[in-house]
Amino acid sequence: MSDLTKLTLKSALEGLETKAFSAVELTQVHIEAVESAKALNAYVLETPDKALAMAQASDARRARGQAGALDGAPLGIKDLFCTEGVRSTACSKILGNFQPTYESSVTANLWRDGAVMLGKLNMDEFAMGSSNETSAFGPVINPWRASGETTALTPGGSSGGSAAAVAAQLCLGATATDTGGSIRQPAALTGTVGIKPTYGRCSRWGVVAFASSLDQAGPIARTVEDAALLLTSMAGHDARDSTSLDVAVPDFASFVGKSVKGMRVGIPKEYRVEGMPAEIEQLWEQGVAWLKEAGCEIVEVSLPHTKYALPAYYIVAPAEASSNLARYDGMRYGLRVDGANLTETYEQTRAAGFGEEVKRRILIGTYVLSAGYYDAYYLKAQKVRRRIADDFDQAFEKVDALLTPTAPSAAFPLGENADDPVAMYLNDIFTVTVNLAGLPGMSVPAGVDAKGLPLGLQLIGRALDEGSLFSLGGVIEQAAGFTARPDRWW
Amino acid sequence: MAIDAATVRKVAKLARIAEPEARIEPLAQELNGILTWIEMLNEVDTDGVEPMTSVVHQGLPMREDVVTEGGDPAKVLANAPKAAKDFFVVPKVVE
Repeated sequence: MSDLTKLTLKSALEGLETKAFSAVELTQVHIEAVESAKALNAYVLETPDKALAMAQASDARRARGQAGALDGAPLGIKDLFCTEGVRSTACSKILGNFQPTYESSVTANLWRDGAVMLGKLNMDEFAMGSSNETSAFGPVINPWRASGETTALTPGGSSGGSAAAVAAQLCLGATATDTGGSIRQPAALTGTVGIKPTYGRCSRWGVVAFASSLDQAGPIARTVEDAALLLTSMAGHDARDSTSLDVAVPDFASFVGKSVKGMRVGIPKEYRVEGMPAEIEQLWEQGVAWLKEAGCEIVEVSLPHTKYALPAYYIVAPAEASSNLARYDGMRYGLRVDGANLTETYEQTRAAGFGEEVKRRILIGTYVLSAGYYDAYYLKAQKVRRRIADDFDQAFEKVDALLTPTAPSAAFPLGENADDPVAMYLNDIFTVTVNLAGLPGMSVPAGVDAKGLPLGLQLIGRALDEGSLFSLGGVIEQAAGFTARPDRWW
Repeated sequence: MAIDAATVRKVAKLARIAEPEARIEPLAQELNGILTWIEMLNEVDTDGVEPMTSVVHQGLPMREDVVTEGGDPAKVLANAPKAAKDFFVVPKVVE
């Protein structure tokens, strides 16, 4: 029965519908796969008992003819999502053994549609990182290795556990979040599909906050269609998130396989950065050729402020994070380290609870918001952010979507950028613009490099036009015929 | 706008994070590295540009001013490091 882990979400749902297997059987093989893959460190908490109970309930619903859209599908949940009664830590020591007494809206939507939770997935602490190395539980190991090598590679971050679990067939799909590229970059580095929807599509309620004006949830899956099925369930208006958009959620899967003939796709020339590997440049050209063959019109466009997106992000995101993370004071939940007085208790708790990268970002955020520097840094960054959003508005007058590489490199060895924060930040150079402008972005696996490691292409759409991304992503997926899977070594 | 050791100490104090003395100098260097890189933003002409605070093109929604949930102290206190009866227990703040 272990073949059941190789199914796509779509085919698994069909198998459940035709009673080829039960939700309990499907869940059981996934539980076993998770148990045998501890070397990847993808899951920080396994919930097999809960999974089986949910699967039994699913089988009962299906027997009554009341199965939901995702009924019986075993999924992994990024540890940033609060799950009722199940430890949720954002992979930080400061949350300790935090057991939420409520369920995040996104996961509640998945359970409403019948999905099954296998456990909580590893990630960079508070989603701050591009390699999963800032996790308090240690890094996730990418199931992919360079051919003939055994060097441990990063799955990317911050949703490294989600991406690795999906790539290694430890779940049929996973939730993830993206503040600067945390869905799309790990998807690219693991040969999976990831979409960050338009800001406001998915409720942020019950998702541990990092940078509130940028954070957005989305799925990681093995196919474009699977990602569409998951996003359709995850998205939706929620009165408990005041930035949640009160718009209808389309059936995103209905866009997969649609003709893209006549669609205009922009190629932003500023994304041709110095030092980009030739293989990524070639893959990008290949992507252009595939879309042309499918009848798209290719248009060169300019996004002149692209290179300022990352530095603007590294003001806006830490500023918001320093404010959001002020709540971790050791008083109401999580870790408390007692000091001689209240201030010392705060200081000791936060010193012991936060990791180095999180501290660094809180300090930057505190500095750029402090008296005398606010205008020079924070206000300036917000103005540059407007410029970046204006660039996209102008480009979308001429085109329907944009095609770019997702990440500047394939998966790199763990430890490679550990001493150079700025070098690590550059991983998000192609993805972060989308968060600043609030637009949808998708990474689709499109090929492998000379070492056999996956590479992704990114599609960027107009606000609320995820549909076009699913259509274009489906075309790239089919043209690329990406079927490579990591050889099992774990 | 170089960050020196005194600035790191001040910012760490503001952020309520105890940084050991041995970390102050390295942090000053790390933060300077990041802020020097960020300074390329000064190349961008932002005269007359309205700062962007939100990407959502809709006004903040209003709701009825009524209690929607609450009244469950056990849930609120479930994760408290220290609690007594229906209260959080915190360090003494008045000497």
